[in-house]
Amino acid sequence: MAYDYRPFPYTAPPGLTAPEPRHKVVIVGAGPIGLALAIDLAQYGVPSVVLDDNNVVSVGSRAICWSKRSLEILDRLGVGAKCVDKGVIWKVGRTLHRDAEVWNFDLQPEPGHKMPAFVNLQQYYVEEYLVTRAMEFPDLVDLRWKNKLSSLTQTDHVTLTVETPDGPYSLEADHLVACDGARSDIRGMMGLDFDGELFEERFLIADIEMQGDFPSERRFWFQPNFHPGQSALLHKQPDNIYRIDLQLGWDADPEAERQPDRVIPRIEKAIGHRDFRLDWVSVYTFQCRRLARFVHGRVIFCGDSAHIVSPFGARGGNGGLQDVDALGWRLAAVAKGHDPAILNAYDRERQHGADENLLNSSRTTRFMSPAPGAERMFRDAVLTLAAKAPFARPLVNSGRLSAPCTYPSIGADDPQLPTLSRPGSVAPDAPLPQGWLIDQLGREPILLAIGQPAPKVAGLKTLELAPTPQLQTRYLGSAPSALYLIRPDQIIAARWLSATPAVISEAAKSIWKDRT
Amino acid sequence: MSLVTNPNLKAPDTAYAALLAAHKGMTEPESQALNARLVLILMNHIGDDAVLAEAFDLARSTG
Ligand SMILES: Cc1cc2nc3c(=O)[nH]c(=O)nc-3n(C[C@H](O)[C@H](O)[C@H](O)COP(=O)(O)OP(=O)(O)OC[C@H]3O[C@@H](n4cnc5c(N)ncnc54)[C@H](O)[C@@H]3O)c2cc1C
Repeated sequence: MAYDYRPFPYTAPPGLTAPEPRHKVVIVGAGPIGLALAIDLAQYGVPSVVLDDNNVVSVGSRAICWSKRSLEILDRLGVGAKCVDKGVIWKVGRTLHRDAEVWNFDLQPEPGHKMPAFVNLQQYYVEEYLVTRAMEFPDLVDLRWKNKLSSLTQTDHVTLTVETPDGPYSLEADHLVACDGARSDIRGMMGLDFDGELFEERFLIADIEMQGDFPSERRFWFQPNFHPGQSALLHKQPDNIYRIDLQLGWDADPEAERQPDRVIPRIEKAIGHRDFRLDWVSVYTFQCRRLARFVHGRVIFCGDSAHIVSPFGARGGNGGLQDVDALGWRLAAVAKGHDPAILNAYDRERQHGADENLLNSSRTTRFMSPAPGAERMFRDAVLTLAAKAPFARPLVNSGRLSAPCTYPSIGADDPQLPTLSRPGSVAPDAPLPQGWLIDQLGREPILLAIGQPAPKVAGLKTLELAPTPQLQTRYLGSAPSALYLIRPDQIIAARWLSATPAVISEAAKSIWKDRT
Repeated sequence: MSLVTNPNLKAPDTAYAALLAAHKGMTEPESQALNARLVLILMNHIGDDAVLAEAFDLARSTG
């Protein structure tokens, strides 16, 4: 059934009648990223004002594939279970060339993780759940619908003008977070531009409702017989909604292509019948670009306002949630009086993350939409070979699905311990006698002592665990025991076979520093 | 390992003839496509990024 878009109520903000006290944090944009950040801050006890020029959730499914890491983050924000319950869990992806399968992958992670590899869930549901959750913090999250940022200036704080249905008002903030999406007005107001590639390729993206019994798989076609010379993607979502992406080519006229009389016959060819209802259509131009820096004084860019990628690989929404993960605890600390230099670490880490996402998504785009000449020739050669020669299958690139990056880290390491959990990586989950390891980590630094007593360090939370088979593989390898220091965002900061309280205490302090 | 640039084919004339034979009867685009497949097959066989990088350099700096 079609999603019921219920407008959120606008209420006249206090600033219309009297000046408001300066806010610690103003977030512009109540998309998934702005909402997630507001909740994260609220969970640290830090208030924020969230402005959005609109008053409904995302129109159309937009970001639909949420990765295991995103689900872990959403879980920490209090909506993980809702997303998993509603979402379609899938693990098999099939790639076809001219209607014959050339390659498939199985994302089924090894058992022993709380969250599945991926769920498909329309962005509007994720936003709805986040709004509901944000409203559980009435004193900390001040959601202001139909409040459009129209100008800003920056001194030792940020001053903004906001337009409402009742006219403009002004606001002051110690920090402004720009979560205002790919077309970010704030980028424009600050004269900042994206660097990177704009691919000359357009995709038609449509949600259709049908009572099909398509399996919960991702299907990607290169040069399908139903759409000659182009590519296509089919993905299942909850509520019998399917997402179809059809490559159009650069010459296509986006306005003409989104008309139902053009769209419906194309989809009919793709799925082989006309028994469906068109729910949403959009035309998408690929870009793989980012800002050179994400922190500009007291203005911080987060999510699509900072970087945009092509959608194949699901690195847009997922990449943005990882921004929130790296920013929330640091910004909360700054709001409580910590040295703002720690925000440089956010900037550096997320530039690194964005570069990895951009690299992956531009490689996919190249493969999907090769330039004439050598690019096209090699792409076609890979596809032709893949049907016959197994070696060519991993070269087929229909999207490398979002996985969290490992941050460059200077935290102590020991080469005897597994690579998977080296400093800079997300702490791998594992089952515990009661519950999951991931639920024990995060929000504040913690020292994990596996197979040894935890050294006592003043002010540092500790968790002692007896080795289990999963902890052995994921955290110990061939070592009998180890110590892991884990950051508030569940990223491993340092690890040792053994360490003195003094060494651990130093490492714990450096979590709060801008380590350059 | 590094790229072998000294003669390595046991019977150079025979190997060269085999390459031409593989292209026999092909149009120019078909030949180009075959070359592309060959490059990929041989790249995988070599399987060593450093050797491939040397090969790309050599190919680019000649011709
Ligand atoms: C057609 C389409 C299809 C997509 N498909 C995929 C996909 O398949 N997979 C994927 O991973 N990603 C996809 N994306 C990208 C994904 O939707 C984004 O990565 C994600 O929404 C980023 O979230 P965000 O919160 O940063 O920005 P947005 O969700 O864009 O939110 C920005 C918010 O800021 C508000 N805003 C903007 N300007 C102002 C202002 N001046 N004042 C106040 N508020 C303002 C907007 O109303 C909006 O609510 C797609 C995007 C589009 C447009």
